[in-house]
This record gives sequence, structure tokens and C-alpha cells, in this order.
Amino acid sequence: MTAATTGRRTSRARPVARGRLSWLRTMSLHTVVIVLGAFVIVPLLFGLIGGFKDTAQLSTNPFGLPSPWVPGNYTEVLTSGPYWRQLFNSTFIALATALIVVGVSAMAAFVFARFAFRGRETLFTLFTIGLMFPFAVAILPLFILLRTIGLLDNPFGVILPQAAFGLPVTIIVLRAFFRTIPRELEEAATIDGCTSLGFFWRILLPMARPALATVSVLAIVASWNNFFLPLVIFNDPNWSTIPLGVQQFYGQYSSDTARILAYVVLSMVPALAFYAVAERQLIGGLTAGATKG
Amino acid sequence: MTRPALTDVRPEILTRSPRGGRPPVTPSARGRRARGLVTVTLFLLPALVLFGLLVLAPIAVAMYTSVFKWNGLGGLPSDFIGLDNFTRAFGDEVFVGDLRRGLVLIVLSILIQLPLSLAIAMLLNQKMRGRAFYRLLFFAPYVLSEVITGVLFTMILSPDTGLANQILGAVGLDSLRSSWLAEPSTVMMSLFLVMTWKYFGFHMILYLAGRQGIPRELGEAAAIDGAGSWDQFRYVTLPLLGPTIRISVFLSVIGAIQLFDLVWVLTSGGPIHSSETMAVTMFQFGFKRTQIGYASAISVVMFGISLVFALAYQRFVLRRDTEGAITSMRGKR
Repeated sequence: MTAATTGRRTSRARPVARGRLSWLRTMSLHTVVIVLGAFVIVPLLFGLIGGFKDTAQLSTNPFGLPSPWVPGNYTEVLTSGPYWRQLFNSTFIALATALIVVGVSAMAAFVFARFAFRGRETLFTLFTIGLMFPFAVAILPLFILLRTIGLLDNPFGVILPQAAFGLPVTIIVLRAFFRTIPRELEEAATIDGCTSLGFFWRILLPMARPALATVSVLAIVASWNNFFLPLVIFNDPNWSTIPLGVQQFYGQYSSDTARILAYVVLSMVPALAFYAVAERQLIGGLTAGATKG
Repeated sequence: MTRPALTDVRPEILTRSPRGGRPPVTPSARGRRARGLVTVTLFLLPALVLFGLLVLAPIAVAMYTSVFKWNGLGGLPSDFIGLDNFTRAFGDEVFVGDLRRGLVLIVLSILIQLPLSLAIAMLLNQKMRGRAFYRLLFFAPYVLSEVITGVLFTMILSPDTGLANQILGAVGLDSLRSSWLAEPSTVMMSLFLVMTWKYFGFHMILYLAGRQGIPRELGEAAAIDGAGSWDQFRYVTLPLLGPTIRISVFLSVIGAIQLFDLVWVLTSGGPIHSSETMAVTMFQFGFKRTQIGYASAISVVMFGISLVFALAYQRFVLRRDTEGAITSMRGKR
């Protein structure tokens, strides 16, 4: 306590120098952050505003606001079937992936967290090793495998592998959470006649809602942005997800920059909206592993 | 007690090693344990099946097909050629170039991208106006898919109407104009720029989270001992951020090893292979040229590299972190 006051007093001893220094520091701090902010936001604004121009305006008037505003690029995409179709496909695949990976992982994590059995740690390690498998390594054999089973051009050809690759991180996060729920609760439930299945379903899962939300958000974002797997599994454009759709649209209209920008921006909207809603779960989930080791 | 719970059994199991001497088991305890085993099996089965079939089996399939010359059609591969696919890969300029380019991206990430993220995290950790907004903004690119990012930057870096060249022209730096992605000498730099745009916010978020885990008192104590803000960072914050930094480096490296989406959309590996990565080469041979055997060999090499890296990293770099984590976990149980 005394030490702290001394420390504060010494720093107050030279108020003038400190004031100017901190002003300088604040200024440079803000400059750096604003420059970096511009680096991030300019490409996004370029897309957003560029979508309201036509391609001629993009080269003659690259920086200004569009004159006249051309909303046609956006309205054409919004009134076209493929965009909504892709939105639906991406949503369906993301939700199905999340449902499967979270359901299956919750069951496994429950067992890993609250039962003792031979080989438990070995099995758990097996799953954690999966965390280190790059998805790209498995894509070719997965394709061969799914072709043999007949899951090409089938949404489950994307959903099931995505769920499988999501297992490690989901199981790790859920197991850590399940371990924090006090044993006394389970004992009390048991005394009241609850089976372990009942405890899992009626007590553990409802209590784990925040953790379940976090891992669901992680699974949804990963699925939403996945490109490689849909690229090899879906040949039929009816199953195109948003990333595939953007790539196809780009291939189709590669010279019409403004129109592509409109498509790109409209494809960002759902992801950014979801980020705005689920920011806490997303960041919480991503940082959980990295900070706790 | 209508239903004997597993909780009765578990402490006893945990306190002795599984192979240790068995204490006398009463019939009811044996029944309980059997029922527990049934639950364990049923609950683990879906995860094991999914993981085994769609994560582990593909690796095995790749290893198997990598020793054949196979176009992927007509039943099982039959033209066994031993390790020829592997010797071919390591003798191929493109593939060796993939390795070199991967290494370049890793080095650039560690030397530029991660320090930048760390610096920004330290800045945003201070009290300043708009801090929450900047954090939200810097992380936003991470949420966008690689394809969207790639297409957007293709437009920005395009030679004629692209924003990058327009800006350079407007500020009188015409000599710096370039066809960024179409030029072998600038393509890697451009790719790295896009990667930084997309991923620095992610690493920043990791560092911010790590920083918040460090007690304020430590910095204050150092300040009282006369440490300036640089010294505080160097001798207090940085060492304590160690685990986070190590994870962030790990994720960077694994990401660079499997880099595909961004490259595919931005350049497809061109011009003349100058931005190709292992995953792109694998895709070209596996899906465009139907040389499945050779492409499998590349997959196996990618797997080998990530596995060796992950194990070595775990063994030599992450060990102290996980050791701590494991011992504290043991203590808790």
C-alpha cells in the first residue's frame, strides 16, 4: 500500500513532462490504430461503394461516391434465384453440421469428463491429435471415400466430414466445461432417482448452454466459410454454398467488376450479421484453447 | 438409493492405477461397472465412428493409394510402384518450390504478422477511446470466408481498375504500380498482404485474451521497481504471454502448411507456379489431372510434415505449457 502511494507520488512529481508525453503517446497510439483501421476498412468500403457504381465509373472515379448511384447490381443479385438458393444451402449445411458435431461431441465429452474407464486418456488424446490434422490432407481420400459411398452431390457429403473434423475442438471445450460442474449435483440427482442418462439430458446439457452456444458458433462459422470440401463434393450448382457461389459468379462475370463487388458484399452480410450477434461466443471459443493451454 | 451411481465407483478407480491390484468387488459393484461400461460405449460410439471413418480412415486411404500409379477410376488401384510418387515429388521443381514458398510464408508470418498483431493487442489493451470498436473491426476479416476475401482482393489488386494501383497513381507513385497478382516477383508479397489483412485480427484477439489473463499487479510492481513501459513489456508481459505466443505460432504454421482457399481464388497458384502451395499442387494433380496416386503422395507428405511439426512442437516448445495444464488438471480431479 505504501509502496503504491510512493510510486504514484514519484510519477506525479513531474507533471508537465508527463502530460506532454502522454499526449504524444495518445496521439501516436491513435494514429497507428487509425492507419490500421483504414487498412482493414478500405477494402470493405471499396466493395460496398463499388457495388453501387458501374464498371466505367470504377476506373474514372475510383475514390468518390458513385454518381449516379447504380443500385442495379445489388437488386439484380437480390432478385436472382442463385443467391437465395446458396444462402439456404449454406444455412442448412452449417446448422446440420453444428447439430451433429455438438450432439455427438456432448455425448463423448460427458463420458470423458465424468466416467472413469480404461483407455480413457488414450482415446481422448486420439481426438486431440485430430486437432492437428490439416483438413487439406484428407480431402482427396475423403473424395474417393465419399464417391464410393455415393455421397457426392449430397449435402451429407459435406456435413458429415465437417462434423467429424469439428469433433476434436468441440470435445475439448465441452469436456473442460462438464468437469466444472460439481460432483455433488450429480450425487443429488442420483439420490433423487436420476439415471446418468437423465442427468446428462436434463441437468448437464441445460447447464452447459453457454458452452454449447460457443461450440455451435465455432462449428457454424467453420462450415459457413468452408470452400475446399464443397468445391470437390458439389458438382451440381443447385447445392452451391455461398463461397462456391461467389467463386462461380466471379468466373462468370469476371470483367464486370462492379457486379462482382455487389455479389461479394451481399455474401458478406450474413457472416457479418452473425458475427455482430455471436461475437462473444465466437471470440470466447477461439481464445479458450489458446490461453488455457 | 434407487439407482447406484457411478460416482460411488469412480473415486476408487481413480485412486489406484488401472493395472494395480483389484480390491474385492461386490456383485452389485460389478453390475454397476458393467452398466457404466455400456453407457460409456454407447455415448462414445457415434464420435468414434464419425472420427474413425472420416478423419482417420482417409489418412490411411491416402497412405495406401500413394504407393500406386492410379487414375482413380475403375475399382481399386493395382499398379504398385513403391515410393516412386514420393521420389517424383521431391525431384519436382514445383513441389520443392511449394515447400520453399510455404517456408517463406511461415517466416513472414512469424516475423511480421504476429509481431504486428502483438503490438496492436498491446495498444488496444490500454485505455483509449473506441477500443471496443477497433477490436471488433480488426477481427471482422477473420469472419469472412477466404473466397470472399480472395475475390475482393482480386478486384483491388487488378492491374487496371484495381484500387491499389489507383491509389498509387493518385499520390504520384506511378512507378510502383504493378500487376500484383499476375507478376511472379510481386505475387507472394501480395498474397502475404491479403493473409495479413485476413488473419492479423485473429492473432490480436488471442494476444488480447492472453494479456487479460496476466494480473495487473505484476506490471504495477515492476513499475514501482522503476521499469519503464518497454521494460514492463519485455520482462513481464512478453514472458507471461509465452503460452499464447506459442499457440499462435503453431496455428500460423499449420495454416500455412494447408493453405489453399486464398491462393486458389487469388491466383490458382500462378503465374507459372510462383504462388503455388502444396495443397494447390495436390488439388491440381488429384482433381484436374486425375493422377490420384501422385496427389495422394503429396497429401501424405503434407500429413507427415504437420505431424512431425506438431509432435516436435509439442515435445520441445509446448511441453512446459501442457505440463502445467495436465498437472493442474490432475490436481483438480
